[in-house]
Amino acid sequence: MSDLADAAPAGSGWTTAQPGRASIRPRSGSLAGQAVPWLVAAAILAGAPLVLTSGTALTMMSLMGIMIVFALSYNMLLGQTGLLSFGHAVYYGLGAFFTVHAMTVVAQNRLPVPLPVMPLVGGLAGLVFGLAFGAISTRRAGTVFAMISLGIAELVSSGSNILRSFFGGEEGITTNRTKMLRVLDLNFGPQIQVYYLIAAWCLLCALLMYGITRTPLGRLCNAVRENPERVEFLGYEPQSVRIAAFSLSALFAGIAGSLAAINFEIANSAYLGVHQSGVVLLAAFIGGIGHFVGPVVGAVVVTLLQVSLSDLTEIWQLYFGLLFIAIVMFAPGGIAGLALMHGPLLRAGTAHRLVPAYLLALVPFLALTAGLVALIEMAFRLLVKAGEGSAMTLAGLPVDAATPLPWLVTGAMALGGGLALRAVRPRVAAAWDEAAAAAKEARP
Amino acid sequence: MSPPAIALAGLTKSFGPARIINGVDLTVPVGERHAIIGPNGAGKSTLFHLISGRFAPTSGTIRLEGTDITGWKPAAINRAGLARSFQVTNIFPKLTVWENVRCAVLRAMGYRPLFWRSVEALPGVAERTEEILRSIRLGHRASLAAGLLAYAEQRALEIGIAIASDARVILLDEPMAGMSHSESEHATQLIREVTSGRTLLMVEHDMAVVFGLADRISVLVYGRIIATDTPERIRENRAVQEAYLGVAAA
Amino acid sequence: MLELVIVSTLNGVLYGMLLFLMASGLTLIFSMMGVLNFAHASFYMLGAFFGYQISRFTGFWVALVAAPVLVGGLGALVERYGLRNVHRHGHVPELLFTFGLAYVIEEVVQMVWGKLPVDYRAPAILDFPAFTIFGTNYPAYKLFMLVISVAIFLCLLAALTRTRVGLIIQAALTHPNMVAMLGHDVPKVFMLVFGVGTGLAAVAGVIAGPALVTQANMAGLLGPILFVVVVVGGLGSLTGAFAASLLIGLVQTFAISLDVSAASLFQALGIAAAPSGGVLGDLWNVTIAQIGPIIPYILLVLVLIARPTGLLGNREA
Repeated sequence: MSDLADAAPAGSGWTTAQPGRASIRPRSGSLAGQAVPWLVAAAILAGAPLVLTSGTALTMMSLMGIMIVFALSYNMLLGQTGLLSFGHAVYYGLGAFFTVHAMTVVAQNRLPVPLPVMPLVGGLAGLVFGLAFGAISTRRAGTVFAMISLGIAELVSSGSNILRSFFGGEEGITTNRTKMLRVLDLNFGPQIQVYYLIAAWCLLCALLMYGITRTPLGRLCNAVRENPERVEFLGYEPQSVRIAAFSLSALFAGIAGSLAAINFEIANSAYLGVHQSGVVLLAAFIGGIGHFVGPVVGAVVVTLLQVSLSDLTEIWQLYFGLLFIAIVMFAPGGIAGLALMHGPLLRAGTAHRLVPAYLLALVPFLALTAGLVALIEMAFRLLVKAGEGSAMTLAGLPVDAATPLPWLVTGAMALGGGLALRAVRPRVAAAWDEAAAAAKEARP
Repeated sequence: MSPPAIALAGLTKSFGPARIINGVDLTVPVGERHAIIGPNGAGKSTLFHLISGRFAPTSGTIRLEGTDITGWKPAAINRAGLARSFQVTNIFPKLTVWENVRCAVLRAMGYRPLFWRSVEALPGVAERTEEILRSIRLGHRASLAAGLLAYAEQRALEIGIAIASDARVILLDEPMAGMSHSESEHATQLIREVTSGRTLLMVEHDMAVVFGLADRISVLVYGRIIATDTPERIRENRAVQEAYLGVAAA
Repeated sequence: MLELVIVSTLNGVLYGMLLFLMASGLTLIFSMMGVLNFAHASFYMLGAFFGYQISRFTGFWVALVAAPVLVGGLGALVERYGLRNVHRHGHVPELLFTFGLAYVIEEVVQMVWGKLPVDYRAPAILDFPAFTIFGTNYPAYKLFMLVISVAIFLCLLAALTRTRVGLIIQAALTHPNMVAMLGHDVPKVFMLVFGVGTGLAAVAGVIAGPALVTQANMAGLLGPILFVVVVVGGLGSLTGAFAASLLIGLVQTFAISLDVSAASLFQALGIAAAPSGGVLGDLWNVTIAQIGPIIPYILLVLVLIARPTGLLGNREA
């Protein structure tokens, strides 16, 4: 699912190379082979509630489904077309608001419309506003586009405070998802029914978005990302390509917003705020913007972190930000990028050579992370929670943050871990080179 | 009689006070291989940027097969039948060689940026892409990222992208820049093959290439064309020798 | 009416000069390094909080110097150990890095100083009305802010036109490729520019803190307006940033003082017919003061439609 080429260095000279008779077309794989990942995804979505039966798990999986659609739609911009947006939640939020209004209208007038088609309303809202705002913001990419997206986001979210009759002011607007036309005797009261609704839309949207990457538009998006000027000299207007990508991505963001509106039965100004735009950017980037599956991974990880970290610590957003900076600095390919890097080595069967080096790096890495977390938590305790005393527990151990010992221990862990990590870095790099070289030899 | 492939009349281009192109008139008939030579800074690349629409001229007109294309956008000029390559390699480095060429082929076959048909299912696209790749001898590199190609291969790809758009008029801006002797011989042969039946306008410094390939040559000095003639006559032209060849020989 | 015009003009110019203190640093950093520092307003916020914290121990005047120096040093460290490593991945990752940085700074400020406003006050020596105009007292501290920002503006101007580094920076503003001509000093100049730019933002924070509200959301409130200023002015143009700063400062200040809506206007004219409910009713009854906060963004959209390079910019980013 990668749009990057095989990474093999160029070797023999161009002038002496003889074109072979064999077909040079990239292998696209059989239809059955392409279907396998999707069947697996469908099985996971369908089977997950049977394994994870708790209410919390169901709620979390519903959120993940929504976030997957949202993050994938975001990556149509950032990963595929190279457009960094700080205002993608505008389309998510507008999708949610229009869906809530539409649901209320349907329920009040007893229109024969069932709940499962309501995301189309959000999609349409996203598309219309995407076309309008896309037309004025896609003239240029890069920094200017990013700033304009931020400006439009501020405009819309401040505007929502003025147009109270539509956006409902601070409280937002609510609706009731059970008052719609029933099909198959589903009233969508229980969360499990909503989950399957979200899961079905999630799979459909992911399939469509993947499909788009394989169309002329999808390929041109990549070309525009790489070199918009050259695209012009090929006879395509980069701005048209960007507008198309932008509005389609807004469409899917609108669907995600609809799903959120159905899930929570409410839409408020937080849906279209800059914070929500930041979350989707974080999710897509942490997962990895270079691969189609990246944002899926990111959506799952970020939702998991949001829900579980916020239970564990009050300053989870700080860790969230630090994780993001670490990914930007050390792994710009995101989690998916890191994982898929190992694909060729796994196929060639040389990946096991990395294990000793990775284990060696794991120890200082854990020490560094644990040390930093402990330092931050103790500082938080002393600075913000001073009223509750300096006694606290770290990883189950009782600790008094007002005494020097825990500071010395955790400080030493962080510093020692950092220095040791630096020291083993060449070993890991050497192991990687060796495994990669062996993988190349193993290839026919 | 059909109108000339390219007709420039009174073309000028100024950047601030600096007049880089200073009244160029040039007519290139259909099917001709025409080379533009001249010392560094003569304005050769600027002239190409004007014809291909990267810059709008300050004054004067540009006609492509009789159509006035002055001030058109690059994309429109390309669709009107003119394609170009760049002096500094200008490809899609992270896309595969195959994708690089296919982007150009898509437009040539008239496909808009559709989003409801798989690019692999479009009839003729794969065949044409394969044909182009074989003709520029990069077939064996098809699935490699273009940025990883050797330099000469990137130059060949640059030419390949230009010819893939099936334009009737091709502009090549220093196609041999940075190539070794054997590579440029090879490339000359390649250009002769892939541009047959088309109009070619090229800027080139390698005189062996220019005199071997061009039907006619124009000499551009300080933004003016001081001579346009056959290679033999250009070689003997006194003004040219003084302005350019003499300098180059020294 | 005249009172309103004079006071609003003074306040507008003051707000505009504060914006320019930040926008100038942002523009310098962008022009030299190609990075739009998303965290610029966060450094302004750090300036305010550092100023508050230091002034509690040493008084305001030490803080006025020490806080910007500290924040500038922090900025230089961020450039040296963060941004420089991201540079090789390109401009979008650089922007993302500063975005993450803004996020982290906000969280840290919340962690250290809490979410509520801190009690950051103007020094007692400046706590008197400078002059009285039409019965309204104009505080001396505001006049002091104006003087400081104009003084720094003049220093910046002098540094840019009179010193060697300034001339190099100026050249880089108009010819971005010139930066390469700086030779081996480039990393040092980048660090300097980033440090000075963030330091300038911190100056704005230290002096604005007592007049505005020093709170953990102040970066989030001001940041987007700052980007409007540099985009409207034209990315990379110092003069453009100056013009846009004053424009937005004045427009917003005047808007806030205008408690006029379409409804009240028509009422004054004796026309009663008006939509009472729905979105139209909302628009009918909204006062100019209420739309004040979104005027910069409306301006942004309008300018981009009319002139995509910004008011005084000519550079394609």
